[in-house]
Amino acid sequence: MIYDVINNLTGSPVLSAVIVAMLPLFLFILPFALVAVYLERKVSAHMQDRLGPMRVGYHGILQTIADIIKLIQKEDIIANENDKLLFNIAPVLVFVGSYAAFAAIPFTSVYIGAQIDLGIFLIIAVTGLVVAGILMAGWASNNKYSLLGAMRAAAQIISYEIPTILVVLSLVMMTGSMNLYTLSEMQTGYFWNWNLFGGSYDLLQKLLLIPFMLIGFIIIYISTLAEVNRTPFDIPEAESELVSGFHTEYSGMKFAMFFLAEYANMFAVSAIVAALFLGGYQSPFGYLGNLIGAEWLVSIEQFLWFTIKGVGLVLVQMWLRWTLPRLRVDQLMTVSWKYLIPISFVNLIIIGLITIL
Amino acid sequence: MKEYFSNIFTAFSTVWTGMKITFKHLFIPSVTIQYPEVRLQLPERERNRLYVNMDDCIGCDQCARACPVNCISIETVKSVPGDDLGKTSNGKKKALWVTRFDIDFAKCCYCQLCVFPCPTECIYMTDVYEFSEFDRDKLIYEFSTLTKEEKREKLERLDRHYNEREADKLGRM
Repeated sequence: MIYDVINNLTGSPVLSAVIVAMLPLFLFILPFALVAVYLERKVSAHMQDRLGPMRVGYHGILQTIADIIKLIQKEDIIANENDKLLFNIAPVLVFVGSYAAFAAIPFTSVYIGAQIDLGIFLIIAVTGLVVAGILMAGWASNNKYSLLGAMRAAAQIISYEIPTILVVLSLVMMTGSMNLYTLSEMQTGYFWNWNLFGGSYDLLQKLLLIPFMLIGFIIIYISTLAEVNRTPFDIPEAESELVSGFHTEYSGMKFAMFFLAEYANMFAVSAIVAALFLGGYQSPFGYLGNLIGAEWLVSIEQFLWFTIKGVGLVLVQMWLRWTLPRLRVDQLMTVSWKYLIPISFVNLIIIGLITIL
Repeated sequence: MKEYFSNIFTAFSTVWTGMKITFKHLFIPSVTIQYPEVRLQLPERERNRLYVNMDDCIGCDQCARACPVNCISIETVKSVPGDDLGKTSNGKKKALWVTRFDIDFAKCCYCQLCVFPCPTECIYMTDVYEFSEFDRDKLIYEFSTLTKEEKREKLERLDRHYNEREADKLGRM
């Protein structure tokens, strides 16, 4: 574990804990946000037969850095009618909510922020903070668009949390663990051991489980997509109706924090789906490090596999975003309450019955 | 119940169709043109900034009269006998000093109506379309080739010529 290494190096448990806590932010979230914003613009551009950013650096590679420098320089506007305290807390709360989720995500077998047995439970609980932050931002902005956006966001996130939790519950039932680290370790070996393909059960149970795991995978993918407020579920920040929803009134660094939180959330959600269904950091076919006898290579490979899976799912999110139009509010609720929740509930029962077999 | 499952099926099949289309477009070469570096071929009869070839201009004022927005202003001074203004490229003798030939491109509507009446074909459309300015006054283009001193000199000479002729007339009487 990295914590022990740093603890030996610095000799201070507090300092090493702080360093370990900051690692995902500086090593992962910030670079990921930089790359993801660039990717998003490029992918969207090419899907619409455009080129996207081309001016800053080779094919616009430095565009996001230029954007961030611009955002830092901008004036931090607080309007007179804003509730200043809540207005200032909200972006921090939203970012903390999405950042705290990274604590329980296992990046490799040697690095996991907090190795707790309630990992997935912690993630689901702590991302609830995001709803509070969004509501706070909408209320404190004192702006009709912000408030409408925040209300929609709260309604949407709360209703889509149910199918997510039901699918997570079915996996917890199947594997008997809430610790994402043990969950990933259980899916070791080859890709047919992934939970998507029935986990580490016998062949008969595996074959029975596969269709229901597939349904669960699709449901959790759709509902987590809705939880991070992305198209086709982006009605909280619907540009054509609500200017930009709950962050209409924000500018400069506070807006950047919402933005960063959104991209951190996108990856967190994809990472959770990957850890639950796609074997987390496990390679689909053996490790090169084990083959040539270099133990240290394994964890680097694991990190690469984890990033590939996460970014792959993020790319599918982008692909969906530039394909589908936005849902209406009533359609959004229909999808959640009439389709996803009953199906995931039936799915939960069936998976439970198969596991008892 | 049947509708419920057919709804699910429609949802997935339509999403899949849409996703296939967007995926195909990933590999279609983009239609964007990197403008300052790459430019589109302009059509043959495009209408852009006007140019006046003052060597051929006889100062006939027909272009200014044809202009629907009055953006061309021309002033001329008669030449005195003995002045040689040369000939235009299609053999017309020039008889006027063109002391002012201003075109205000802030007003110009690029209709090309001034081009057709010109007897010497000295006013025509070029392919220049990038001439934006921060100051509106800079869009007034002065085509007259004469300097200020020359203009004053031409005027004075004409005055002198008239005076001489007048004096001549008086003397003959």
